[in-house]
Amino acid sequence: MIKNNKAYLFVAPFVIVFLTFNIYPILLTFYYSLTNYTGMGGIENADFIGLDNYRRLIQDDFFFQAFFNTIRIWGLNFAIQIAIALGLALLFTDIRLKLKGLNWFRALFFLPNIITIASVALLFSILLDWNFGSLNQMLLSLNIIDRPINWLNNPTYAQSWVALIGAWMWFGNTFIVLMAGISGIPTDFYEAAFIDGANWWQSFTKITLPQLKPILLYVFITSIIGGLQIFDLPMLLTDGRGAPRGSLNTMVLYLYNQAFSFANFGYSAAIAYGLFLITIVFSAVTFKTMYRGQVKVKKGGKK
Amino acid sequence: MKDLRIARGVIYFFLVLLVIICFIPFYMMIVNATRSNSEILRGFSLMPSDALFANYETLTNYINIWLGFRNSLFIAVSVTVLNAYFSALTAFALAVYHFKGKNAMFIIFIILMMVPGQLGLIGLYDLAATFGILDTYWPLIIPAIAAPFTVFFFRQYLITSMPMSILESGRIDGAGETYMFHRLVLPILSPAIATMGIFTFIGSWNNFLFPLVIIRSPRLYTLPIMIRQLQGSPVAQNLGAIYLGIAISVVPIMVAFIFLSKYIISSISAGAVKG
Repeated sequence: MIKNNKAYLFVAPFVIVFLTFNIYPILLTFYYSLTNYTGMGGIENADFIGLDNYRRLIQDDFFFQAFFNTIRIWGLNFAIQIAIALGLALLFTDIRLKLKGLNWFRALFFLPNIITIASVALLFSILLDWNFGSLNQMLLSLNIIDRPINWLNNPTYAQSWVALIGAWMWFGNTFIVLMAGISGIPTDFYEAAFIDGANWWQSFTKITLPQLKPILLYVFITSIIGGLQIFDLPMLLTDGRGAPRGSLNTMVLYLYNQAFSFANFGYSAAIAYGLFLITIVFSAVTFKTMYRGQVKVKKGGKK
Repeated sequence: MKDLRIARGVIYFFLVLLVIICFIPFYMMIVNATRSNSEILRGFSLMPSDALFANYETLTNYINIWLGFRNSLFIAVSVTVLNAYFSALTAFALAVYHFKGKNAMFIIFIILMMVPGQLGLIGLYDLAATFGILDTYWPLIIPAIAAPFTVFFFRQYLITSMPMSILESGRIDGAGETYMFHRLVLPILSPAIATMGIFTFIGSWNNFLFPLVIIRSPRLYTLPIMIRQLQGSPVAQNLGAIYLGIAISVVPIMVAFIFLSKYIISSISAGAVKG
């Protein structure tokens, strides 16, 4: 490593922009979370009200509803996504099946992931339309249903659709990641297990899953951090305020509406920090589980 | 062996079925974009019709979707270029030099990589209002200069694949540090720049929340914001036109993906194994 004053020049743009557009807004948001700011007139027009916004937050039924909506949507989405992705990854890595066309399937399954969520949301909002949506029309013409179903007017259906659309967009990505993980497991493990007479289920639970644990946790943690921030899809699928009956009101949608629909900037800032805290808690719990898992493996190895 | 062949057949059948289910939404989008409103109201069809041009006219009479395209492209390209150049510059400094505050910078990086973007939303909006840059592209583009994750990725890449001896021999030949950055370091980094570039571009192209908050004037709308405007607009009276609007926003990305898919997928695999 050498010293050269040019180094300061090289990092200067980054540091200046970072401080101005990252750190300062985060601190400013924190300050506003302690005020009753309405979004008009800047910092002089914000009255300091201490922790009132946070007190309101922990008593706010809508925020709790938004939290549980978010978790429910994410949970269902993750369950569907991981089931499909893991199933596909196991099929494509099976040494006896030797399936062909991996590159094609991988690309096709991944494609929905890069489509603009705003477009996806609007597309599904009309495909799922009660009267004129293609889905109901298709189900009616196939005689699967005899009356149109109002998909987006029923809280359970609406949440399930958000989860399903999310899973549709993300299972390809998860599949690729899991494939990479499984391909990294040495094949001698499986050969040895095969010689020892292990069946498919045994080598899956005793070799694949434990070996895959770090990757699974990586998938889990990236998924939950993304899932807690879900916004575009629930906003554009219905009225943007969480219809039907508040079931699509997610935490970030609530944050957005509090600030930009109801001019409660101060409270919205408190929601942002609440969301941040929740993210930290979820990440910490996951990391801790991962750490404990690794220690166990090490101990087992020493014996 | 015969069992295996049957099993394979069944599996391929379900794989193809899954592909079909995945693509039905896109297929319906394209078919319905060619059908007139009354055809769509009357019922479901898998066959394209002939109303594509009429739908296009209805759509473009209401919004200038290609303007949204151009705006999104302008922002995404600017963001990708700034992100790549300044991240490379910062990563270079971090990998090669010793300077005061380097460790502190590194720790702040790691912490902030976990912070959700929404945390600073209110502050960024207010900052933009104070600077008088609301309803401009500045608050959407400038932050790309400071992208901790890209810097981190580039730094790791430089440490593993750039021999320091190159820089030393450069210095003996009298090359300046800035010159070496442009002539030696950037080319070495180019595979990493391409990888991050694709994801940065897609991220910016799909960005919804920040433009939604920052942009007011219709002439500055990005594509996702324009798509949102279609909802509940007069165009929504004509379902064919709205399907076409969505299709126009989706199909070019699909075409681009055909050329880049191999590259994107190998990047995701590599990232996962490292993480």
